[in-house]
Formats: sequence, structure tokens, C-alpha cells
Amino acid sequence: MTHPTFDTVQTGDALPPLQLAPVDRATLALFGGASGDHNPIHIDTDFARRSGMPDVFAQGMLGMAWLGRLLTGWAPQSRLRRFDVRFAGITHLGNAMRCEGRVIEKLEAEGERRVRIEVHSTNQHGQTKIAGEAVVALP
Amino acid sequence: MIDRKWIGHELPASQLPIERSRLRFFAKAIGETDPVYTEEAAARNAGYPDLPAPPTFLFAAELDSGVNDQLLADLGVPLAKLLHGEQGFSYHRPACVGDTITVRSRIEDIYDKKNGALEFVVKTSRATNQNDELVAEMRTVLVCRN
Repeated sequence: MTHPTFDTVQTGDALPPLQLAPVDRATLALFGGASGDHNPIHIDTDFARRSGMPDVFAQGMLGMAWLGRLLTGWAPQSRLRRFDVRFAGITHLGNAMRCEGRVIEKLEAEGERRVRIEVHSTNQHGQTKIAGEAVVALP
Repeated sequence: MIDRKWIGHELPASQLPIERSRLRFFAKAIGETDPVYTEEAAARNAGYPDLPAPPTFLFAAELDSGVNDQLLADLGVPLAKLLHGEQGFSYHRPACVGDTITVRSRIEDIYDKKNGALEFVVKTSRATNQNDELVAEMRTVLVCRN
């Protein structure tokens, strides 16, 4: 795989999108164990319903990890300088998330050439669940 | 209402050893297929001493240690009402298998919106390695839906 360089990247360029399979309970259980987030609201339907939710739902950090895959699939993680997101909505079972990113600025900072990237994830109904920005240093 | 006295509170330090099997489990859970995250040889070829922790992995530190559970208990926020509002990372150096990461956090702010229907807790964290080098800074906004 060839990695992007500062000179070849242009403002407005899209990152290769990442399409995920619909969220299922097994994924939530695995992520709960792997991430250390044992909150039963993500893995126990009874608890979720007692909490006023229709069913279990995805951990926010699972969606952020998918956006992380979008970024590190584009440029090596060692070049990632910042990664900030806002969780805009709950990702429900059956949501098939699509992660997308776009270069919105080329800049120089701290002696490096960097790009600012807008990232977001949306479900199959076009609802945005996570939105944020990342900064990546490019050679 | 969450007591504002917790603004400025410093949480106990959490230690997170970066372990190979845990990183492979995490990679599986998020569907990561890039061998840099699962195979030592690929990680070394990419310039890391061993498997690197993916960008969001260090959030596990205060979950594993129980510091996050204690914070929620102190604040009086039940899990049933908890949502994650925002999360940010700034990165300074990689965390790889063999490193032990220490996370120290502070409650920066507590505020509410919609006449208390939503309460927000802002926590900032510094993650350092066993050489006391800064690895990452984190910012978390927790939301309590009342």
C-alpha cells in the first residue's frame, strides 16, 4: 500500500471509506471484553430495557475505534497527532455504519506538515452517529 | 444533581500493561485486519518495537483499574443513565506491547443543560509510559441523562 504524502494530498480529498457489517450482539460482547467496558447496558438486554432503552446498543468507543481504522488504514498510526469526536447519536443493533473522512485543511505546525481531516460515521439511514476531526502528519 | 465539589478532583493513577493477547483480542473485536496490529513481524517492519496499541485503546486504563467505576459511584451517576458525549486523544509517542502505561486524570468541569436534564462531566487525562515519557493526552465528556 502506498501512503499519502503532503504534496499529493489536496483539500477536499476523501479517505477510502470503511463500511461495517450491521451491529450485532456478538460484536458488542466482544468489544465489551476487549475494551474493558463491562457496562451491561451494551451486553444485557434485560438491563438495557430496565434502563429505559429499547435494547442493547453499541459502545461509543466501538464506533470511535472504527473511525480509528479509517484513519490508520489511510496513513500509519505513527503519524496520527490528534483524534477528537463527538458522539451524536446512539448506534443501535442492526445499524450498518459507514465511516468516511475528508481532508479539510493542509497546514504546518510544530515543524511538521500536517492535514486536518473531518471524520464521521453514518448508519444505512443516513443518520450521523459520530462526528469529529483528526490531524495527521504527512511526509 | 452531581456535586460540583468534584471539579478539580484528581483520580488515582491507573496502570495498564500493554499485552499482546489483549491487543489481538481488541483487533478482533473492532474487525482490524491490518497485520501491524496482530503480527510482530509486521509491526517491526512498520517501525514499532512490537505490536502498537490502536488509537483508542488507552481508554481501557481506567476501565480495567476500576477507577472509572469508583468515579461514577462518587459522582452518583448510575450506569443506566451514563452516555459518552465526547472523546479526544492527542498523541505523543506509541504505546507498544511491553510498555506499562500510567493514566492520571482530573475532573476539569461539571455542568448541566436543559435545566439539569443532562449533566456533563469533563475529565482530562495524561498517559505516560514506564520511562515517564508522555504517550497521549485524553479528554472525555461523560453525560448523565436524568
